[in-house]
Amino acid sequence: MTTFSSKSSGQSLPAGQRLSPADYQTNFADIHIPLDARSAIVEADRCYHCYGAPCQTACPTGIDVASFIRMISQKNEVGAAEKILSENIMGGTCARACPVETLCEDACVRHTEGDQPVKIGLLQRFATDRASELGAKFFTRQASTGHTVAIVGAGPAGLSCAHRLATLGHEVVIYEAHEKSGGLNEYGLAAYKMAGDYAQHEVQDILSIGGISVKHGVKVGEDITFAELQTNYDAVFMGVGLGANKEMQLDGEQVSGAINAVEYIHQLRQAKDLGQLPVGQNIVVIGGGMTAIDIAIQIKRLGANNVTMAYRRGKEHMNASHEEQEFALSEGVHIAHWAQPVSLQVKQGVITGVEFKRANIEGDETFTTPADMLFKAIGQSLAPIDVGAVEFVKHYGKYEVDNELRTSHPGIWAGGDCVAGNDGLAVSAVQDGKLAALSIHNTLTQSQV
Amino acid sequence: MIDLKSKFIGIETPNPFWLASAPPTDKAYNVNRAFEAGWGGVMWKTLGEAGLPLVNVSGPRYGAWHGTDRTLMGFNNIELITDRDLEINLAEIIQVKKDWPDRGVVVSLMVPCEEQAWKDILMRVEDTGADGIELNFGCPHGMSERGMGAAVGQVPEYVEMVAAWCKQYSDLATIVKLTPNITDIRTSARGAVRGGADAVSLINTINSVMGVDLEQMKMSPSVGQQGSHGGYCGPAVKPIALHMLSEIAGDDECKGIPISGIGGVSNWRDAAEFMALGASNVQVCTAVMTHGFRIVEDMIDGLSRYLADHGMRSVDDLIGAAVPSVTSWNKLDLNYVAKAQIDQDSCIKCGRCHIVCEDTSHQAISTEINGERGFQVRDEDCVGCNLCVVVCPVENCITLRELDTGEIDVRTGKTVSADYQNWTQHPNNTAA
Repeated sequence: MTTFSSKSSGQSLPAGQRLSPADYQTNFADIHIPLDARSAIVEADRCYHCYGAPCQTACPTGIDVASFIRMISQKNEVGAAEKILSENIMGGTCARACPVETLCEDACVRHTEGDQPVKIGLLQRFATDRASELGAKFFTRQASTGHTVAIVGAGPAGLSCAHRLATLGHEVVIYEAHEKSGGLNEYGLAAYKMAGDYAQHEVQDILSIGGISVKHGVKVGEDITFAELQTNYDAVFMGVGLGANKEMQLDGEQVSGAINAVEYIHQLRQAKDLGQLPVGQNIVVIGGGMTAIDIAIQIKRLGANNVTMAYRRGKEHMNASHEEQEFALSEGVHIAHWAQPVSLQVKQGVITGVEFKRANIEGDETFTTPADMLFKAIGQSLAPIDVGAVEFVKHYGKYEVDNELRTSHPGIWAGGDCVAGNDGLAVSAVQDGKLAALSIHNTLTQSQV
Repeated sequence: MIDLKSKFIGIETPNPFWLASAPPTDKAYNVNRAFEAGWGGVMWKTLGEAGLPLVNVSGPRYGAWHGTDRTLMGFNNIELITDRDLEINLAEIIQVKKDWPDRGVVVSLMVPCEEQAWKDILMRVEDTGADGIELNFGCPHGMSERGMGAAVGQVPEYVEMVAAWCKQYSDLATIVKLTPNITDIRTSARGAVRGGADAVSLINTINSVMGVDLEQMKMSPSVGQQGSHGGYCGPAVKPIALHMLSEIAGDDECKGIPISGIGGVSNWRDAAEFMALGASNVQVCTAVMTHGFRIVEDMIDGLSRYLADHGMRSVDDLIGAAVPSVTSWNKLDLNYVAKAQIDQDSCIKCGRCHIVCEDTSHQAISTEINGERGFQVRDEDCVGCNLCVVVCPVENCITLRELDTGEIDVRTGKTVSADYQNWTQHPNNTAA
């Protein structure tokens, strides 16, 4: 189970004022207390080293959890890190940000006997951090194949794909619209999960393999045409994520104070001074997923007075895990279930409240929650991208791919959040990138014969 | 609650819990604290002959093998016998015995294997009022290289000779402490019996090297650049001690000799096991060197409750109660058949039973039940070896079921017989 150990300072101030620098530091420090060498060994010893371990099956990247934990128990952290990273090059981020309580730790057999699961996430972090501190390098490039691959998007899927292709001897160019690599690791995950500029640290580790160049600030379809990618490269991988935010379809949704959560978190993650971020007194967050939880907690920790998360269905339907919900509640976030927003209350162009219909009750019973800030966290969709003459088959607005991540168009692969059926987790994007790279490699090397 | 009072070769103590001759019994200060805590008796740390005291190393004397959470599993030491002046020790023993008349004080002794040397020390000990002596024929390091300790204990004739001297030159109750560093501990126990010893105590420590520091590439612990072997004790040696205890308890030539049990006794359960296998009392060292003297509180309380719960009126009802259950392999019933069975309700599906059986034993546990992950014993392959039972992390999830008479063992195709048949009677035994 995820344990959230860093505590917010509990301060909240009226709008227009800001917390002290010390409060920001406390509130956005690393949320997990990492295991030290001794506690890691004690925790590792709790692992039963299961045969055909369910945790490994539950991991989207198939990390051999039982084996890496056994290595930790024998003080072979570097070996453990190699085992992790060889399946999941972003093992460090996943150790911090994976909802382990619904994946590996949920599958831990210790659960079955009514015990706490082995703290797999913290152990994975211990091993990867330790190896990183020691400067351990695990990957070398195979002889050059002479092939080049273009990747669109330097997020988890793109970087994972690039790294695997580079190890297999291909040259990779990544086109990334943003200034930094890392995708949601850099711009989207909650700040306290990725403390210490971890996303960039990991990106540097990944790129250190060589053979990967990242062109930042380049938008495919605007700065370079898709056709050029197809012409200049032997294969293309689309790891573009979901760049567009869904809207609530209410009147006045563009009013001042109504903000897309993803955009605000992006600003927060890049802010040099958290005190400069706009923070209201009464916050309403619309949504029931991880983004909603993340924005609710972070805005509270930025000093907001009242934060209400409103979700149109019940507790059990929320995409955010039970542990994440509990975390939000413990931070003082109020969660309103069965609350369907029906209108925004606006005065002089500024939001003042949200009217909700009680969705679990027959009739038109409504209630209003005052709000000077409204965060929309109701999901994202594929941003329009000019792919020229190419026509992708899509499913619910996302790229349809086969089990090797091939799109409907020959020579073009896709993975991560932008493909149909993806669960939106970084760990799944990493797996997509890895599998796509293997498929690209097979395709390119077989066609050589 | 049952009174634990104990009588061992005439020595009466409020309970059967003694401290072994070792650092915790080196001086009055420690012994007084032990008696305050409730210990029944002490074996005073071994005295040597008069003269200049010997010298211990001023570096690591102890080493340990730890479990993951720093649980102390095994312990070793290179301490010698007392390095304090003989006169000081004797004076303290006199005072302690005066102050604690209801507790047992036995003095451990080790002097050169010469008649006069023993005569001299025996006279001195008699004058202290101590309840008896324990002959240290077991110390495996330092002293053995000087012809004492284990060097004596490993030669049954020497054991017999020295025991006889002690009985000849003193009226002190005499206990011979046996070394486990010998092929068959019964041979030295028999020597003690022949020499007229009143009791034997066992085991002393086992020759051991705790480990190697792989960074410094030298044995560990070491005194400066080198280390030397020490005596191994603590929880890890308990099974070895129990085996040797049961061998002596079941030996015809040693029949009836009182035994003081030593070797990894850490709590009341351990003590009860030693006593069930024939020890009249137990001696403890490593456990108090790990936790302090206070552990005796639980030992007293726990053993007393155990006796009450099991209808025993005194420790005498416990002593030797399990001795008849120990026999030799040749007398085990080969018609007994058991099969492992997995309780599916408590199984957590870790698969450890399968992988150990598959890799290292009889390939008797399958991995699927109705097409899903699940573990089940195949009776046709199971020999009832107990491996799955011991590796299963859930207690009582896997158990052995004894087949009833008349049932068919599907592995062998034979009907389980009610008749006892051991190897000496078995048709496959051509020597029978």
